[in-house]
Amino acid sequence: MTQLTTLDYVVMAIYFVVVLGIGWALRRMMKTSSDFFLSGRSLPPWVTGLAFLSANLGAQEVIGMGASGAKYGIATSHFYWIGAIPAMVFVGIFMMPFYYGSKARSVPEYLKLRFDEKTRTFNALGFAAMTIFSSGISMYAMGKLLNLLLGWDFDTSILVSAVIVLAYVTLGGLTSAIYNEVLQFFMIVFGFAPLVWVGLKQVGGWDGMTSKLSAAATQRGLPEYAYTHVWQGMGSATTNSIGIEWFGMVMGLGFVLSFGYWCTDFLVVQRAMAADSMTAARRTPLIAAVPKMFFPFLVILPGMIALAIGDNIIPAKLTAAGTPLLDTNGNVVLDYDLATPMMLVKLFPTGMLGLGLTALIASFMSGMAGNVTAFNTVWTYDIYQAHIKKHGTDEHYLWMGRVATVGGIALSVAAAYVAGAFNNIMELLQLVFAFVNAPLFATFALGMFWKRSTGHGAFWGLAAGTVAPAIHHGISLANGATPGVKGGFFGVLLNYPSEMAQTFWTAVAAFTTCFVVTIVVSLATTPRRDAELEGLVYSLTPKQVDNVKAWNQKPSVFAAVVMVAMITLNVLFF
Amino acid sequence: MSGGAGMDLRLPIGGLFVVLGVILGIFGVMTNGDTVMYQRSGGMNINLIWGGVMLAFGALFLVLARRASRRYAALGDSRSEAEG
Repeated sequence: MTQLTTLDYVVMAIYFVVVLGIGWALRRMMKTSSDFFLSGRSLPPWVTGLAFLSANLGAQEVIGMGASGAKYGIATSHFYWIGAIPAMVFVGIFMMPFYYGSKARSVPEYLKLRFDEKTRTFNALGFAAMTIFSSGISMYAMGKLLNLLLGWDFDTSILVSAVIVLAYVTLGGLTSAIYNEVLQFFMIVFGFAPLVWVGLKQVGGWDGMTSKLSAAATQRGLPEYAYTHVWQGMGSATTNSIGIEWFGMVMGLGFVLSFGYWCTDFLVVQRAMAADSMTAARRTPLIAAVPKMFFPFLVILPGMIALAIGDNIIPAKLTAAGTPLLDTNGNVVLDYDLATPMMLVKLFPTGMLGLGLTALIASFMSGMAGNVTAFNTVWTYDIYQAHIKKHGTDEHYLWMGRVATVGGIALSVAAAYVAGAFNNIMELLQLVFAFVNAPLFATFALGMFWKRSTGHGAFWGLAAGTVAPAIHHGISLANGATPGVKGGFFGVLLNYPSEMAQTFWTAVAAFTTCFVVTIVVSLATTPRRDAELEGLVYSLTPKQVDNVKAWNQKPSVFAAVVMVAMITLNVLFF
Repeated sequence: MSGGAGMDLRLPIGGLFVVLGVILGIFGVMTNGDTVMYQRSGGMNINLIWGGVMLAFGALFLVLARRASRRYAALGDSRSEAEG
């Protein structure tokens, strides 16, 4: 266990004073529900852009990507260089005109405008439950990590962080959450860049790391380039560390999962909706894409360096009895989630250690705040206003937003304890949410680009697209996994080389089913009149005219530059 | 103005990093030459170096925020003159 010094605590305290100070300074500006839920649509694009990125940069991302870096090497960058970036460009260029232009206040509300009430409610309920549980799982992970690393009390860690988030979100609403996300973005950059720098120095620079990783790959029966090249082994599932061939990866991760998340998840889209103009809203995901491209170097590299350093820097997973966990071959199973935290503890002297840990805690808390602000908006507009109290005053909804913030945080804390008590239930819930999320992109793509699609089509498509992945998961199993939560509960008809491959193909099944069912049901039902769909569907909306003079401010030019840079990165690390 | 909601976000960001930079920098100067402490960071006095980097970044943000608020004030002055 690591002992922190007064200096480390001082660094942490300063950060939290600033966080709370921002909420305090913003409290007078929350006059209407639009201020509270949408920041009054008044934020400049660099702020919404960094928040768009940061809302997703919770601790699960920071720790999870470090863990994957240690497990799969640089191939983890697929989550960025074929996953996130194209989806972020797509949402900015093609979808934002409908989200922002329709004046919908949330993603589910767009579904209400475009389709009908039942489709919106289906989406809103699933989303609300998902935000609470994600925030709870993240809280639980933080409490456990701080206890393990620093010996902090689990209950105290959770309560203190919940109170801080509660304070700044209730005071300053979405603006406060967004401002703190931007602050957290800089904390992560300044906390992790020196970690990578010091780490690379310890392993003898980039070349030193590459040669050590080649040795590690060979030792595990993989080609020597497996940990240091992104595409080279993707021809077959057996020659790369992830265990999937390129087609499944591009379709499952690059298309279905990434587009499903970045283009439809209200948690991130809400940030763009807070922008001060249409052009600013469209530029939001594009601005976010620029740092996003380089985040692999910040969050994946620490894990790769940990693997290269070796020396048992990544501890073993422990069984309930406290002995190292062994796999079926008798090898020790490593707790990869500790790769990045252990790097912080082992490489940073006191002072910098405080900074690095603050960055980590900041990302836990802003992840929580992001979920809570998305939850209170969807709850207030799409559930409370739509079904419980239709014609309240604006003050009433502002009040409800604050109540929903308190309620959302209380439920998250409860979810954190449920996660602690029933580990398997959480795994199961995350699986269920994956089923809920995967088909969404089909619904939105058809809604925005095919005017013939109808409310009944969308609803039944979503329902079928949620059941299909559950069935696919039930009949498939990854090699080496045991039937149960991991799949195969209806009997094993399909075998996949890895869990990642199974997940990607499950997503493809969800998307395809939703796509086909939506089209079939739409053709059998009555479409809405064209006049009702203006501003909601591509073919019935006037073409975007950007109100910028300089060519280099145009979203389309920006998007092209981002795509070229992304392709360059893929080629460089091929 | 940056931050239509009424606060220039560059101010708290700049302020935070100036304060953190100064604190880590001073601590780095005080512990300079402590080879045992800096062995883990590859012999680099990372507190001093990174404190300096953060101080420079924070100062830059403060300067940007100040320039923006001056420009905004100048704009406001000319407008009130025109009205008057």
